[in-house]
Amino acid sequence: MSAHVPIPTLRALVSVWAALIVLTGTTVGVSFLELGEWNVVVALLIALFKASLVAWVFMGIRHSNAMTRLFCVAGLVWLCIMMFITFSDYTTRGWTYQAQPWSHPKAGGSH
Amino acid sequence: MATLAHHSAETEIEPVDYLNVEFGWKSWLLTTDHKRIAMLYLISITLMFFVGGAAAVAFRINLLEPEGIFAPETYNRLFSMHGIVMVFFFLVPSIPATLANFFIPIMIGAKDLAFPRVNLLSWYLYVIGAAFTMYAVLRGGVDTGWTFYTPYSSTYSNSYVLAAAFGVFTAGFSSILTGLNFIVTVHKMRAPGMTWSRLPLFVWSNYATGLIQVLGTPVLAITLLLLAFERIAKVGIFDPNIGGDPILFQHLFWFYSHPAVYIMILPGMGVISEIMACFSRKRVFGYNFVAFSSMAIAVLSFVVWGHHMFLTGESMYTGIAFSILSFLVAVPSAIKVFNWTATMYKGSVSFDTPMLYAFGFIGLFTIGGLTGLFLASLATDVATHGTYFIVAHFHYVMVGGMVMAFLGGVHFWWPKMTGRMYPEAWSKFAALIIFLGFNLTFFPQFILGYLGMPRRYHAYPPEFQMLNVLSTAGASVLGIGYLIPIVYMLWSLKYGPKAGNNPWGATGLEWKIQSPPTTFNFDETPIVTEEAYNYGEAEGVHG
Amino acid sequence: MADATVPVSHEPTAEETHLRHHFANSAQQTDASTLGMWTFLITEVLFFGGMFMAYAIYRATFPDAFASTSEYMNVILGGTNTAVLICSSLTMVLAVRAAQLSSRKGLILFLILTMIFGTIFLVIKGFEYTDKWREHLVPGFNFHYAPAQFEHNAQILFFLYFCMTGMHAVHMIVGLGLLTFLIVQAQRRVFNANYFAPVEMIGLYWHFVDIVWIFLFPLLYLIGHRT
Repeated sequence: MSAHVPIPTLRALVSVWAALIVLTGTTVGVSFLELGEWNVVVALLIALFKASLVAWVFMGIRHSNAMTRLFCVAGLVWLCIMMFITFSDYTTRGWTYQAQPWSHPKAGGSH
Repeated sequence: MATLAHHSAETEIEPVDYLNVEFGWKSWLLTTDHKRIAMLYLISITLMFFVGGAAAVAFRINLLEPEGIFAPETYNRLFSMHGIVMVFFFLVPSIPATLANFFIPIMIGAKDLAFPRVNLLSWYLYVIGAAFTMYAVLRGGVDTGWTFYTPYSSTYSNSYVLAAAFGVFTAGFSSILTGLNFIVTVHKMRAPGMTWSRLPLFVWSNYATGLIQVLGTPVLAITLLLLAFERIAKVGIFDPNIGGDPILFQHLFWFYSHPAVYIMILPGMGVISEIMACFSRKRVFGYNFVAFSSMAIAVLSFVVWGHHMFLTGESMYTGIAFSILSFLVAVPSAIKVFNWTATMYKGSVSFDTPMLYAFGFIGLFTIGGLTGLFLASLATDVATHGTYFIVAHFHYVMVGGMVMAFLGGVHFWWPKMTGRMYPEAWSKFAALIIFLGFNLTFFPQFILGYLGMPRRYHAYPPEFQMLNVLSTAGASVLGIGYLIPIVYMLWSLKYGPKAGNNPWGATGLEWKIQSPPTTFNFDETPIVTEEAYNYGEAEGVHG
Repeated sequence: MADATVPVSHEPTAEETHLRHHFANSAQQTDASTLGMWTFLITEVLFFGGMFMAYAIYRATFPDAFASTSEYMNVILGGTNTAVLICSSLTMVLAVRAAQLSSRKGLILFLILTMIFGTIFLVIKGFEYTDKWREHLVPGFNFHYAPAQFEHNAQILFFLYFCMTGMHAVHMIVGLGLLTFLIVQAQRRVFNANYFAPVEMIGLYWHFVDIVWIFLFPLLYLIGHRT
């Protein structure tokens, strides 16, 4: 099977390497900008893009079959499931029940 | 080697098989044959089962008296060891590492698992993990419960937590490697013609189990590692006394450990599918639904873990979501139960020992599963979570379900694994004793829980004594029930009648080869041309 | 063994591809090891994922304390290390390419280069750890934090910093061991254009370790520059 995988060209590999170096510089540069909450978002997006480049070219996902691609994404998806649900706990833990106009006046809080 | 066997056939010498092809401890401890590794696992997990069982007997004796017989610390250590040993060293590897290890390659027409040496490594990791845990037991044990909750496992604990946690950590890698091996084997090693829709359901369920092992277990590993680092560095990350967040520990722990209970039950469901089809002489009703329900359970298992944390400070809103999601798991489980029942309908049902265990499984799993719905409901859970109700629920699923399935599977495949039959009357007797003993042990615990007896206490109010004595009596019956098969199975190794290649008249590739199989299972790679469980017209007259 | 008796003329022989007895052909063997490696990488994603989650939770809980740590993080060393690892990934993929081209010398050269980059990374990491010790930033053993109001919560970040970079470094060390193994095998002329799966697999592992660092770098070193 591996004999059928096309041999990557030097040019492709070196340009990915160059892109990764440039993106590293970019992420350092952006971290000095004042973007508030967006700093971490931008940093993570750049990291995700760099990781995708490594996976796509260096790890040969671009020549892989659908099954390998699925496995490649599965770990990330499961990590997202774990993070998403756990964060749903942490973000809603502070919420307290507030009586709404339509709720029964005796059942609700005194707000 | 194969040619040698042909020459010796005329002189009535036993044919070469995986058991007599080589002798000596080296041929076992350095083997890469999946069948020999499965036997190594079978011996190891049986030993661990009796270690865990001994702890259970001890704390059941303690509960004969309302004020307890042992010191509270002793009681805590006993139930913790029972949980840790049974969950991580028996239930998790029980069917995957033994029966599935033995039969998945054969069922799909392969010579071995994809990575035979990794398979052996997984057994060694298991043994190392078990050794560390046993060391912790011998040095005085662990009193955290099997969940290692902080701060029980940090501030308020003796130091053997680290040894036990390291044991579980290592056994976790053993489990990961088993799951990884199954996934790759099922994907890449199937014989020509063995399409996904022709896979035996046992393979499907173990494939789903493999996915859970691979996706969940690493999180347990890192959680225990962080726990260890926390203890060493004394920086709070999980321990509330030094500023950590115990609920974070619980999130990480249950992200593995809830799916882990499906690691413990899915393979059992696969065994039941095989037994049901064989002893009803029918294709499993709704094959596709049963196969995909295994996958559905595997996926859903990862989004319900919060139902273990309704009472521990988790957000109420997340609790509601978890409650709804937990109800969803009942759907694929129910699909399985209904389809097994429908398989028997108009089938030619026979009552051999494996089938008795399968009946036991369906009944007990249904009770265990339905009480799970009580516990998935937020309000009911508040009342019952800290009580024996949850103990009974869990044991109905794990012991009533998985151990029944394990024993059913061992009885079903024993003739293939060893080439010998076990005594029919004794095995039926043992199945009956186990069923009765089990119910006598755990049904009173439902009532105890409903009445409000809290779990994990060494003492209880005197009015609960009657039910506790009943439960302890049941545990003794159950213990004897588990010892009987050990005796007659060992007996059958030497004295049991020769089983022949297909004693049950079952379909499936494993029944088409020699009993016990040769080292490479098949002389030539089989070509599969029919669906699984093809109990066609020719078989219709059986029974 | 049975397979070897029926050689197909135009396919490479079983000896050339190191075909193990339980596989039907080398394509199946390579496919299996590729899928196995990716499955293993999934477990690695979730292994590191547990620490990333702890990091995310605590960063969301104590944003100011976490931001305050950035002045103690050496962006120059961290950034250099990122570049070093990216270079090592390039040499690793070039090693695989050399194997595909049956260039034994190229393979060994690039594997050695990869090892050199990996070692540079670890040495720089060692300097960073030494600095942390000197600045009293090792939680549990030697910790004294200047903005006193953040002393406790910043300690959590440094705890996670050492856990995450430490586990990453352990993976690097394992990787260096694997590369040594590859170099020895390459010296023995094990690999050829029909058989280089171990190079490819260890390459996947190496790239994965690189990817982990690609995420660690912005999360640990670049938290709060702007403030």
